[in-house]
This record gives sequence, C-alpha cells and structure tokens, in this order.
Amino acid sequence: MSEDQQLRVSKITEGTVIDHVTGGQALNVLAILGIDGSGGEEVSIGMNVPSERLGRKDVVKVEGRELSQDEVDVLSLIAPAATINIVRDYDVVEKHRVERPSEVVGVLQCPNRNCITTKDEPVDSRFAVLEEGVRCAYCDTIIRESIADHIHVD
Amino acid sequence: MPQDHIISAKHLSRADIESVLDRAAEIAADPEAVADRHAGQLLGMLFFEPSTRTKMSFSAAMKRLGGDIVDMGPVDQSSVKKGESLADTVRVVEGYADALVMRHPLEGSAKMASEFVDVPLINAGDGAGQHPTQTLLDLYTIRESAGFSDLTVGIMGDLKYGRTVHSLAHALTTFDAQQHFVSPESLKLPRGVRYDLHEAGASMREHTELEEVLDSLDVLYVTRIQAERFPDEDEYRKVAGEYQIDAETLAAAKDDLVVMHPLPRVDEIAPDVDETDHARYFEQAHNGVPVRMALLDLILEGNL
Repeated sequence: MSEDQQLRVSKITEGTVIDHVTGGQALNVLAILGIDGSGGEEVSIGMNVPSERLGRKDVVKVEGRELSQDEVDVLSLIAPAATINIVRDYDVVEKHRVERPSEVVGVLQCPNRNCITTKDEPVDSRFAVLEEGVRCAYCDTIIRESIADHIHVD
Repeated sequence: MPQDHIISAKHLSRADIESVLDRAAEIAADPEAVADRHAGQLLGMLFFEPSTRTKMSFSAAMKRLGGDIVDMGPVDQSSVKKGESLADTVRVVEGYADALVMRHPLEGSAKMASEFVDVPLINAGDGAGQHPTQTLLDLYTIRESAGFSDLTVGIMGDLKYGRTVHSLAHALTTFDAQQHFVSPESLKLPRGVRYDLHEAGASMREHTELEEVLDSLDVLYVTRIQAERFPDEDEYRKVAGEYQIDAETLAAAKDDLVVMHPLPRVDEIAPDVDETDHARYFEQAHNGVPVRMALLDLILEGNL
C-alpha cells in the first residue's frame, strides 16, 4: 500500500489493521469481530480503495484489539487475500496472511432450519472448509455463496 | 473401524458393509445359533418420530439375539415434553442400555447425540439426513437378488428429502455401481450428497424421466413423493403421477429387474407390480431383522 493510500484511514497506536480485504466486505469483517459500535471500539474503515493486487480492497483498523485465531479463520473465508497487521506503539510488530482453516467452529449459523445445531442444544456449529464454500459437519448442508450472511449473531 | 456409532452410510467402508452382510447371511441361515448370544443385554429405543418397520425390526432383532429392549415410548409421554434437551436425554438413557437406537426429526441429531454418549449409538433416521441401517438391508437385498458385479441402479422419487436415498447413494458408490437418479427438478439430490458422490468418483447421472434409463437397470429403487413437499395439491398430483410405476411400465425393463421400495408406499408402485417377479420390497422389509441382528451383534461384540 502506498503512503498516500494508507492515509485514507488514520494510523492507530495499538490494535489490528486488516488489509487486503475483498472489496465491499469490511462491514462483514466487523460482524465477524462482533463490532457493531455499541462496545465503544475505535474503528476506521476504508472501502473499495484502489489496490494493485486486488483492484479494489477494503481496510479495517481496530484500535486496542488483537484478533483471535478463530476470528482470523473465519475472516479467511470472506477475505482470502487479507493480511493481518498487529500494531503496537504505531509500529507493525506482526504481519501475516490469513490461511484457510480445515474447519470453523461456533462462528457460522447453519442455514438449514432443520439442523440440530440451530436448536437449543449444547452444541457449537461446526463447518468443514471446502475448496469452494463450507459444509455443516452435522447436517451436511453446503454454503457456497454469501458466507458472511451466515455469521452467527447472538 | 472399529466404529462405535453408526451415524452415516458415508462412514461405512465396503469392508464394513460386507462384514455386516456376511454376518446377516450366516444369521439368516441359522438363527437358532445366535438365539442366546446377547442374553441380558438391553437396547435403548429412542424414537422421537413415528416408525413402524425400523422400530419393530430393531426390537425383533434384539429379542432374537436373546436380549431385550427399553423403550422411551412416545415423545408426548416422555421428559422431552418437559423441555429436556436431546443431549440430556441421551446422557440419561445411556445408563439404562448397552446400545442405543435413535430416530429424530432433525438432521445431524444422531451425530450430535453420539458425541454425548459412550455406548454405541445407531442412527435410525435423522430428519432428511441419513438412514444407514435401511441402507444395509437394501444392500443385503440387492446382493441376494442382483449381486454387486457390474450393477446399474435407478433411484427414483423424492431424492431431496429421502434419507434412505442419501444413505444408499453413498454406499452404492463404494460398490462401483452405476447410479441413475430420476426425479422431478424440484426434488433432485441435495448439494451435499452430490458433492460427496463426485468426490468419491461415483458413476452417476440425473434424469427427469424413468424411460430414459429403465431398460438399462438391474435394480429400480422407488421412493415416495410426499404431498407436503409441493405448494398445492394439484401440483403434487401432476408431478407425483409421473413417477409412479405399474406392471405395464415395467414391460420395457429387463426381465430380471429388481424393484425395491423402503416402504411405506402409497401409490408410487401399483399393486399389479406385487404379482410380478420384479417385486422385492416385502422381502426387503423382512431382511431388516437378520441385517439388524448382524449389526447389533457386531456392534455389541465390538467387532465393527
């Protein structure tokens, strides 16, 4: 990212910059992180900014928050090219690309209303990650399109 | 294997299936030899939705092995009515029995339940998901009547919601059968099953008309199309009518075509087929007992 583009969203002191997010997916990234503004988090977003690699990309910066592995796993499903930059004291101290996990647990909600995981049972949703899409480990339902629409919201 | 639970046909290898079918053939040939084999052992029956054949044949199978059953009874007279979770119910009932058989209206219920118990749990149907023990008796019937070599099977009817179809399709793939799926457009195989069949390298084709494939089939497996799958009665009648067979339909089939149906049938197989040499569905239902005896025997002995 050139310095010029980086200035579109302000620098952060401590936290995470999620870069190279598929254009238009920034709000879904926030949904995965469970950020809706009510918790008072400081968030900056750039949407559909020019990118050499992706054409258009989104950038999400979250102050005071480092992502868990679970969060990164799900992120990889909707933003496979994303890079995660951990920032401390204005410096990027860690930078890594997301990797597609073999499964994601407790993050997506099965769209099959007849699936046991959608009922009041002590079980987390569990999806195997396929080459294209994800698949419920309980009822075998496959989600290929709009995975972000199935992010579990409490 | 060894495998503690029987949840889905896709987890059964060809060797697993053959060990059950071989044992079933031994038992059918000499049922007296196993009459006391599981004396003192109990099979827990958890049927959260109605069942005639599966429940009765599991009960018969356990009793013919010398064991007995403990039955939760109808849901409306059980603790489920008080709002108990399935996870709690199975954890309690596993303390009463050496193995559990469960039917439940929700997909994935058997898999989830199996994660909460240590005794073997057998899926006797989970919603529109899987019905692996039906598949074992279907395969036994196919082996006895048509054999597995160079086998071509047509599966017709409700392929979307029919759990017996999903299980059978997985299993037939392990026997390298050529499979033809015949259904209305709206009731084609679900994406998940098609994905598995492709991944497993199944030889399969989909059709909307039986006549496209009838003369090539060794086995025709017919399933019921249910009225509630359609927006209105007229549409149902129109579509379902195209997937009914009678003796005249079968005139175009091979002489030794075997016609099967998991039952109950409504009008998808006309009564005049019963009188033909093609009909094998009642024999198929009867095979439920030796096949479930074999499965219970292998599971209770820890040999599967």
